[in-house]
Amino acid sequence: MKISQNSRRDFLATSLLASAALASCNSKNPFTAEEIPDVKPSGVMVKLLSVDGEIIEVDKAFLKPVPELPAVMNTEAREGIAGKKFVMVIDLSRCKSVKKCQTACNHMHHIHPGQNWIKVYPMQEAEHTAPYWQPTTCMHCDEPPCVKVCPVDATFKRKDGIVLIDSDRCIGCRFCMAACPYSTRVFNWEQPILEKEIADKPYSCETSVPQKVGTVGKCDFCPDMVRQGNLPHCVSACPNGVFMFGDILEDTVTNGAETFRFSDLIKDKAGYRLMEDLGTKPSVYYLPPVNRNFPFEIKK
Amino acid sequence: MDKLTENKIIEDLFPQKFGKQGTIWVISLSIICAIGLFAYSRQLYYGLEVTAMRDYVSWGIYISNFVFFVAISLVGSLITAVLRLTNVKWSTPLTRIAEIIAVSAITFASLIIIVDMGRPERFYNLFLHGRLQSPIIWDVIVITTYFIISLLLLYFPLLPDLKILIAFKDRNGKWLQKLYVFLGSFWKNKPEQFKITDKAINILAIAIIPVAFSIHTVTSWLFATTYRPGWDSTNFGAYFISGAFLVGAGGVVVAMYIFRKHYQLEKYITEDHFDRMGKVLVMLALLYLYFNVNEFLVPAFKMKKSEEEHLLGLFTGEFAPIFWFAIFTAMFIPIFILLFKKGRKPFPAFIAGVLVVVGSWFKRFLIVTPTLLHPFLPMHDVPASYHHYIPTWEEWAIAGGSLAGALLVITFFARIFPIIPIHETLLETESHENEKHF
Repeated sequence: MKISQNSRRDFLATSLLASAALASCNSKNPFTAEEIPDVKPSGVMVKLLSVDGEIIEVDKAFLKPVPELPAVMNTEAREGIAGKKFVMVIDLSRCKSVKKCQTACNHMHHIHPGQNWIKVYPMQEAEHTAPYWQPTTCMHCDEPPCVKVCPVDATFKRKDGIVLIDSDRCIGCRFCMAACPYSTRVFNWEQPILEKEIADKPYSCETSVPQKVGTVGKCDFCPDMVRQGNLPHCVSACPNGVFMFGDILEDTVTNGAETFRFSDLIKDKAGYRLMEDLGTKPSVYYLPPVNRNFPFEIKK
Repeated sequence: MDKLTENKIIEDLFPQKFGKQGTIWVISLSIICAIGLFAYSRQLYYGLEVTAMRDYVSWGIYISNFVFFVAISLVGSLITAVLRLTNVKWSTPLTRIAEIIAVSAITFASLIIIVDMGRPERFYNLFLHGRLQSPIIWDVIVITTYFIISLLLLYFPLLPDLKILIAFKDRNGKWLQKLYVFLGSFWKNKPEQFKITDKAINILAIAIIPVAFSIHTVTSWLFATTYRPGWDSTNFGAYFISGAFLVGAGGVVVAMYIFRKHYQLEKYITEDHFDRMGKVLVMLALLYLYFNVNEFLVPAFKMKKSEEEHLLGLFTGEFAPIFWFAIFTAMFIPIFILLFKKGRKPFPAFIAGVLVVVGSWFKRFLIVTPTLLHPFLPMHDVPASYHHYIPTWEEWAIAGGSLAGALLVITFFARIFPIIPIHETLLETESHENEKHF
């Protein structure tokens, strides 16, 4: 595995997961002087937890930065993560339209300026009903209208419930955009403005990066983050804990700070899904905007 | 048609060189096409950003133009198949006009759909990764089938005419003669040959009817299979088919008038033809009107919240001028003109035909775009320009170029081949004569 010096995050991998992966590839111990001849032992030992649960000691000099794990192959990205079924809960009583979710999402996916995968709608159902903020992601429907109409299988539904786009296959017919009742899809009308380093990356369905001209993009539930055991960017970026993400099979959702039993949360707070009558069966649930943490005010 | 000798008929119907008018016509159309091609080269270079389409209005005048082309192409099946199978004899001289309109329109329908694609160079993915569950794949299949059947329906009746054309070697240029020989030298006017082509034409004429219904029904399903207000309608297939027959018949009347005038075909395309086509147009316009009433009155009676904004936008709002223009020019005014016997004379019928075609084009625009401006969730978190759709010059140039291209194909066809079937006209004159003797 080649070490990339200008790896964007440039972090030191103290994660043994990666190192252990290396070890198993070579079936040799990577932490010995024979394996890495040009590194001199510093004599400072650090204790680490191996994947087998053993405490091991390694010379600090042998700890080396590893690049980000490469994205999974697109064939694997089409399958999804086995044994998972992802779900999101959006608590409308906590949202005050700070839009940190949107900023983080736009930043991490390098979305074209002006376009958004996450939108935060000011909603008011009727004249005398209460206004509230409604963030929307892709609903990752279980009966996705977009997937139904795609002529080339460029947008697809995975076993773990996530709906993704293969931008290398998309022909740009925009039928999916017409079909989506949640207006969640955006189109790359012009060449995306990307740093060369990002633009040159091979496209990954799981990171949805880099976006390509003439193809459709949308919220992807950040499966690359989920695969690493992290939360989607919007979830961790929200200062008010509006977004909760989890696995419906584990019956757990979390916003990072709090963890809930999904079924209890939906039952206690009377959760619902958007446009249930259309039969799209979204994977995103909403908690109604009652007992709100913030007053509704539109910022000028 | 008495006093028409065989030589006179051949002389009258033989393809003619472009005169001064014809040359101006061809040059003007070519210029429009060239501008369209230039605009398309810009679109290929810069991407769809050169259009005014954005995330909400993601389909614009390219798609309305596509629907228009598919619609007008249906006339081939109406004139050649429906009228043929119902034993209507008067439409024989019009079959080739209808069929070339069909072939040329369906060709440009396919082209314009490629123009609309964000990644036209990935067109092959439709064959590599095509999924049968997508209505787009259904459209690809039926449009290809329709194109091939229409081409055959154009070609088979042309074979006896090719034999006649080949006989006039001196009149044809070198290239034309080569083309005629290539296309039809095997045709010897043998009874067995006629037996085969007659049978083939009959089979194709039957086969094309369900295919023609399919192409436009499937095209309507591109919209009706979505949830959107204005598209979510079970009326859509019939609404599209009836509109298609109307615009196609309108197109044929226009073409009849122009060919008749330009090539002096008064003896072949008679006032009687205009009278009958005028009646057909009235019937079709009434039929389309009926489906329009269904399409708008029923949802307007209920005024569901999601439909309300869309419907009011059409009736009294942003799109009201185009909406009422389309309704009046495509239906009410032509019906009014053609109800009168004087209105079915060639010139007024021609005007009615033009109105039908123009009104129908705008009707297609209204079917596609206003719906997209009324999504379920309000338009939000997008640049202000995404809230409106005013096509750019590139879009107009490309759409105009495709229309000019379709006309150019028809024009060149009429230059190369007899636009009125010579052989069939001879046969009919003959049977006319025979009837007189008995």
